[in-house]
Amino acid sequence: MNTSIAHIARNTFREAVRDRVLYNLIAFALLMTGAAVLIGRISIGIERLVVINLGLTAVSLFGIVIAIFIGIGLVSKEIEKRTLYTVLSRPVRRWEFIVGKFLGLAGTLVVNTFFMAIGVFAALLYVAHHFEGSDAWVLVALYFIILQFLIITALALLFSSFSSPLLAAVFAFSMFVIGTFSEDLRGFAGLTEGFTRWLTMGVAYLVPNFSALNVISSVAHQQPVEGRLILYNTAYALCYAVVALSGAVLVFERRNLK
Amino acid sequence: MNSTQKVSWVAGALLIGCMATSIPLLRQMDAMRSGSSLEEVLYIPSGKVLKRMSLGYEGLLADVYWTRAVQYFGDRHRTGAKEYALLGPLLEITTSLDPHLLVAYDYGCTFLSPPPPNGAGQPARAIKLTKYGIQHNPNEWKLYYQLGFINYMDLHDYAAAAQAFNEGSKVPNAHPFLKVLAAQMAEHAGERQTAFMLWSAAYQTATESSIKANAAAHIRALQVDEDVSTLERMVTAYRQKIGRLPISFDELHATGLLRSTPVDPLGHPYKLMADGRIEVATPDDLPFITKGIPPGYKPADVPKFLPTD
Repeated sequence: MNTSIAHIARNTFREAVRDRVLYNLIAFALLMTGAAVLIGRISIGIERLVVINLGLTAVSLFGIVIAIFIGIGLVSKEIEKRTLYTVLSRPVRRWEFIVGKFLGLAGTLVVNTFFMAIGVFAALLYVAHHFEGSDAWVLVALYFIILQFLIITALALLFSSFSSPLLAAVFAFSMFVIGTFSEDLRGFAGLTEGFTRWLTMGVAYLVPNFSALNVISSVAHQQPVEGRLILYNTAYALCYAVVALSGAVLVFERRNLK
Repeated sequence: MNSTQKVSWVAGALLIGCMATSIPLLRQMDAMRSGSSLEEVLYIPSGKVLKRMSLGYEGLLADVYWTRAVQYFGDRHRTGAKEYALLGPLLEITTSLDPHLLVAYDYGCTFLSPPPPNGAGQPARAIKLTKYGIQHNPNEWKLYYQLGFINYMDLHDYAAAAQAFNEGSKVPNAHPFLKVLAAQMAEHAGERQTAFMLWSAAYQTATESSIKANAAAHIRALQVDEDVSTLERMVTAYRQKIGRLPISFDELHATGLLRSTPVDPLGHPYKLMADGRIEVATPDDLPFITKGIPPGYKPADVPKFLPTD
């Protein structure tokens, strides 16, 4: 990898760790322990279901919150602290800075998800006393969650490249909510006709698709995930992340930093 | 070209290229996952649970579920499906989330009650849904009309239909025809004329074009059934009088049984067959008819409605 990008990515990761981002793991550990112990006592037959549903939902929501709130500050904080000028005065190009920041935060989220995944499987082992073959699909769900993080991180970077941190957070979170309903949105667009159809279809294809990346319910019910879906989701998430990152690079390249 | 321009060109090309690539990928995923969002219904079948999970936004969620119900029925109906397993749960969830969403009872029951392929063939579930609607919207006369309609048309429970129309007629601002229908039930239940009145009322009160078209098609079908019965009675009378079957409608005309060449509601002349039966010329254009059908005719999976309805 380009050394400048690698340096920026590494520093972004270190900064996130210094900012105590990984402290969320403590809250997550408490949540999983509480759920595992409590559900076993107050319910019958849904222990696995609750642990998987609650665990994966928490992994997803914690990660999305981190991706948005750290992502929006990646550029603005550097400008505010004036450290960006030091970085760009070295042989680092602006696009390398953006890509490095993206990879650094994505790496932080992957590490965070890794530790949370250990928590989910530990809680699952506690309530079920053994693993089953279908538990492997939980790994696929976790992989899809990481793909979601890539998209949302790239979007947070894109929005932060041209707006204030608060607005960028609002935009990024709105995209997450809209993207969660993107399949419905495309379905509704399909019901319209004429110009409205083209317009709504355009919007429906422009917003990120998080629906297909959410297989939490089906893996909780031990249903397999098709190999083709893994392939398509991977290709789609990478494409969309590149789209958002390219947009961020385009804006940032032209931004007047004086 | 300087470095910034080069980066801009590459980033622009990547943006457009990847956006274009994402569209076929999404299409593939949509094709793979068609109806998958509906399958989620099976995971959370309780509207009450969903209501709590919606954090106060149950109105919006109800709208989403109602649209899903419409899409589900529309997609399956278009392909001539005979089974609509998720329709009942979708409607029940919708109305649990928003018990005042009248459209879900009104049109929902139109999908749920009639036998396949025109509906899900679940009149008992439709009755339950309508009663739930009445419980939460006791002043909506259309729900009583809906209840009476299902009881009459799909369950043939004329007493229950009469009771529903009667109760509906007492609701403030109820349509006057409910009183007429209640009276009609007592004397003429099961007669074609009563069904004609019910479908006419459905046609007049419907605001949705597909529901109106459905009612219009049923009215035409009742008219055809009535015409064919009358013509066949004339043929029988001619045979008794002359001693043989008539060859054409002109012979019925000559004996004074018929005034002019009979035509169906679409204006096509009826056909007099050699064995004395009456047939319609275009059965595909007259869905729901029970008489005048050519032998061996298989009706289309999806009833054909006229654009003029």
